[in-house]
Amino acid sequence: MCGIAGLIHRGKSSNVGSELQGMLQALKHRGEDSTGYALYGDTDGKNFIMRFKVGENVGEGSSSIMEDVSVYDERKKIVDQTLNELGAKIVKEERTLPYSLRYEISYDKKDLLEFSQRIESIPGVEILSMGKSLEVIKDLGNAKAVCDRYSLDKLVGTHAIGHARMATESGVDIKSAHPFWGYPFSDVSVVHNGQLTNYWNNRRMLENKGMRFMSECDSELIAVYIAQKMREGASLEEGMKSSLTGLDGVFTYFVATKDSLGMAKDTMAAKPLVLYESDDLVAMGSEEIAIRSVLPQEIDTYDPFDGEVKVWQI
Amino acid sequence: MANLKTNEKKTKAQSMGMHTEVLTGRTQQKFFNPDEAENFYYFGTYDVDFNKRTDLDVKEMSAPEANKEIDNLMSQGYGTIVIKNPQGKHSLGVGILNKLNLIFEGSLGYFGMGSCDGPTVRINGRVGWSCAENLMAGKVVIEKNAGSCFGAAIRGGDLICKGSVGARTGIDMKGGTIIIGGDAGAFTGFMMQRGRIIILGDVGINLGDSMYDGTIFIGGSIGSYGSDAVDAELTKSDQDWLTRKLKVAEIGENFDVSKMKKIVAGKKLWNYDNLEPTEKKGAI
Repeated sequence: MCGIAGLIHRGKSSNVGSELQGMLQALKHRGEDSTGYALYGDTDGKNFIMRFKVGENVGEGSSSIMEDVSVYDERKKIVDQTLNELGAKIVKEERTLPYSLRYEISYDKKDLLEFSQRIESIPGVEILSMGKSLEVIKDLGNAKAVCDRYSLDKLVGTHAIGHARMATESGVDIKSAHPFWGYPFSDVSVVHNGQLTNYWNNRRMLENKGMRFMSECDSELIAVYIAQKMREGASLEEGMKSSLTGLDGVFTYFVATKDSLGMAKDTMAAKPLVLYESDDLVAMGSEEIAIRSVLPQEIDTYDPFDGEVKVWQI
Repeated sequence: MANLKTNEKKTKAQSMGMHTEVLTGRTQQKFFNPDEAENFYYFGTYDVDFNKRTDLDVKEMSAPEANKEIDNLMSQGYGTIVIKNPQGKHSLGVGILNKLNLIFEGSLGYFGMGSCDGPTVRINGRVGWSCAENLMAGKVVIEKNAGSCFGAAIRGGDLICKGSVGARTGIDMKGGTIIIGGDAGAFTGFMMQRGRIIILGDVGINLGDSMYDGTIFIGGSIGSYGSDAVDAELTKSDQDWLTRKLKVAEIGENFDVSKMKKIVAGKKLWNYDNLEPTEKKGAI
């Protein structure tokens, strides 16, 4: 089933980590195999923030293969060495969990394709996000469990999107969890609720164009599809509108960039979305109770119509 | 039993797009005999007094707890119940089978007022997906917007939304009336079998797709027609009925019903002339 939620504050920052946690926890009945956050925090914008993993969470319920923790250290060493070779300087390093790391990196080049390809050529390493504001944090368990594990409740920023996942199309692991980074674009992330039926055709076509897939989760296609459209020169909104015909199946998805948040709904309107919009806040979720976790008072909400695409700026 | 084929009312009903199929099989209908009233018992119903009123704050309650408390209040004879702080909870007010004045001071989540038979409900807020699904009788009024599958499979009663609704409004409906003050999404009236839908605003693509019977009235623009949905003539009796219905629904005052479009089934897709044999139904 899966649940998605997102919010964007316009003209101010807020405690988006805590707010999104409340929204996703309200949707936990839609799936708690894994939960993911894409948080756009307040930063000085000088350095890249790279969230990456050197292994999987192999805890209860995971479909991943158990590995010796020592291989994580080995992979981290290779990542550090590769960053050095790429001319990237690690400014700050955090290792939240043995398999999950956060680096602040000083890196001058704008094109992240070669950078990402080099890092991800290391077996077992996946970049979860790369950006000057974006941080993707995803792991097994419900919203509160993931939030507590990564201490996300104090993160201040302008906007965020998240996903509570019931695994149906692929395994219970971090690589199949949402949000997906819009590789190789800085600060682009995607969450999706639904099923895509032309996944393999599109995947083959996009791989032939040099795009990469890290999982077999159909939702990853949206991130890659939008990223490819943007590579070809389309705006975020143009890419999303193109997806209404380019992607087949049922979907409601959110895309976020450094300064915007968008939603798209398929032409069948088969997947739910409730939307609240005011001058200073836009909040949306698969169910109204998600919005009520940040706005408990009586509010006016609505369902976007079929085939609708909307984009908001911070 | 009345002879449907010669009854004068049939002509009027047909002119409004209702009951157009020719029934040739054996009827399964059972008729109520007032002399046998004492032998009928509708499980889970109560005699309530509309003048006996109370408030119920459900802020800290789960949906089952809230519904049990509503049932408990009805068993004590309360006929007017005001629900405070519903806060978008799912499945509130389901399964009410008797007359009742029920007022929600706020919004409901999914499946609100599902499977009801008789209550008069006012929701001073919005409702999520599948509001009043399987409604048998009564009246449900929503002051704001509604989600998709609004009035799915209803068999009777009036379901009114003063705002806009999502996709698949009246999907599989088998009777009753749905009235929408604003716009409606795609697949409105999808596979509807009987009843009537009134949309004062615009409607999305695939209107009345695969509808078997029933009538849809649209005041605004139509995104596209679904398979087998066709235009029909808006008659004087249609207009009279629409005017009356909108007045009762307290919606669309001064709306010019003469400009509405009437959509019915083209009946090129369906074939259910022959009712299922009783023996087959019994076996199921």
